[in-house]
Amino acid sequence: MSETKVEEIGKTKVKKMLFILSKGTIENAYAAFVMANGARMEGIESEIFFTFFGLEAIQKKKLEHLHTATVGNPALHMPTMLGGLPGVEALATKMMKKEMEKLDMPPIGEFLEILSDSGCKLWGCKLAVDMFHLKEEDLIDELDGVITIGDFYGRANEEGTHLLFI
Amino acid sequence: MKKIIANREIDVNEEGYLVDFNQWNKEVGLGIAEEQSIPMTDKHWEVIEYLQDKHHKEEALSVRGIKKSGVINIKEFYSLFPGGPLKKSTLIAGIPKPKSCI
Repeated sequence: MSETKVEEIGKTKVKKMLFILSKGTIENAYAAFVMANGARMEGIESEIFFTFFGLEAIQKKKLEHLHTATVGNPALHMPTMLGGLPGVEALATKMMKKEMEKLDMPPIGEFLEILSDSGCKLWGCKLAVDMFHLKEEDLIDELDGVITIGDFYGRANEEGTHLLFI
Repeated sequence: MKKIIANREIDVNEEGYLVDFNQWNKEVGLGIAEEQSIPMTDKHWEVIEYLQDKHHKEEALSVRGIKKSGVINIKEFYSLFPGGPLKKSTLIAGIPKPKSCI
């Protein structure tokens, strides 16, 4: 009989994951959300900094209307001319959302709630918020604040922190 | 591989998850929880029962499922099982580690 030692869960050198979401397409938002949530599920701290078009994902009126790009996206294997026709982008997005729902992926709004409840910090980029003339009431209630990139780097100032730009 | 939990010889995988749920009982769960430094309360056991029930119905576990469970909300879930809630709670529950990324 060999007695084994249980590998300690959450024992990783990665302590904190900081994501910068700069794009407003649905697949990029999900990439950031799945990784940030996955980190929390592993006992790793996580935070997301929303900048430029990434701000679409935290605007109350826009977050449920994120699209996938059908023009200039070779991975869709669709002729560029076709991707530009009216309704094609909406159709591709609808199909993608359907597949995501099958995998129990929450819609953007619910995902943000889950992230916030899981302890993932959500930040708006001050420069981009000013540039797009956004007000506090335009942004989701779960937002932890609007900060500068310098503030965000300050949050990276500990060992085992990784930054990822999406 | 085998491991002694609550004075019983239990079959576990390399991460310590029970291989055979029939070997699980509350004492075994308590033994694992102690090893993970989780002080079990009634609320913890309620979550464990919920997870076992889902497992027996062959329903996939996810954090979204926890949110919809009606048993516990996500904030409480993280505070009851700190540092990887779904992994730790399933370990205590004697069921396999969830494979889902969400």
